[in-house]
Amino acid sequence: MMRAAVVVFPGSNCDRDMVEALHQSGADVAKVWHKDAKLPQGLDLVAIPGGFSFGDYLRCGAIAAQSPICSAVVDHANRGGYVLGVCNGFQVLSETGLVPGALMRNSGLKFLCKTVGLTVETQDSAFTAGYSQGTEIQVPIAHHDGNFYATEEELKALESEDRVAFRYSDNPNGSISSIAGVLSTNRRVLGMMPHPERAMDAQMGSADGQALFRALVGQTIHA
Amino acid sequence: MKAIVTVMLKNGVLDPQGEAVKSALGGLGFFGVNSVRQGKVIELDLDEGTDPTQIHEMCNRLLVNAVIESYHLDIV
Repeated sequence: MMRAAVVVFPGSNCDRDMVEALHQSGADVAKVWHKDAKLPQGLDLVAIPGGFSFGDYLRCGAIAAQSPICSAVVDHANRGGYVLGVCNGFQVLSETGLVPGALMRNSGLKFLCKTVGLTVETQDSAFTAGYSQGTEIQVPIAHHDGNFYATEEELKALESEDRVAFRYSDNPNGSISSIAGVLSTNRRVLGMMPHPERAMDAQMGSADGQALFRALVGQTIHA
Repeated sequence: MKAIVTVMLKNGVLDPQGEAVKSALGGLGFFGVNSVRQGKVIELDLDEGTDPTQIHEMCNRLLVNAVIESYHLDIV
């Protein structure tokens, strides 16, 4: 069975949803606290949930990225482990440098909380293998700082290496090239602003997030 | 000793907050404001004789995100 851990920072608020989404998809899930210096042994996946870690002080995700657990997360990624960062988790990953770019204040300055259309840009990752390339899925966003920015060089690398995982169908926040989610160079780290863990049941508005977690959990078992 | 770090968004990076402040100034009847850029100032109270290279390291590792921001350091 795939072993996953969800990191909890002071101010995380999507950790329970993340645990539930992974559990529903067949993973064995544990929570880890930000002061832990070590991750559980034999871990396949670390998920960094949404929220407002450390009150978004300094920059969103900046303080969390310096916490003891984050050095363990970076080591896990460098060993080839899977890492998923959603919303504030994406901001944390960008601050650690595991994914490129930065997340800035939404161009309209407002906190956005709604379901948006995302285009799946690549099937070539454990996170997106359950979708067909070009499919539009419905996933909620809930953020104030989701405006993705990358330098020209980073952007060129993302596009030419097929590392844009998701794009907004109708750019809500000013993100460069409408980018909603990006992969690391080894394709095992995904950072995305929309919340697939909030799209796990049609009764909640969309079940389009299921394919992400099922593919991720399934592929890791067979890896 | 004190170090004052002024952090600004890099030129060319769109500053939506600065744009909003500019439009609010226009709304108050202040004309001729061509552009507004918003940044932040971080004051560090340091041991006397702290090596400036160490302050630059603080900037690079935590205080500033080099993807979008640049900084100016004043030691007073």
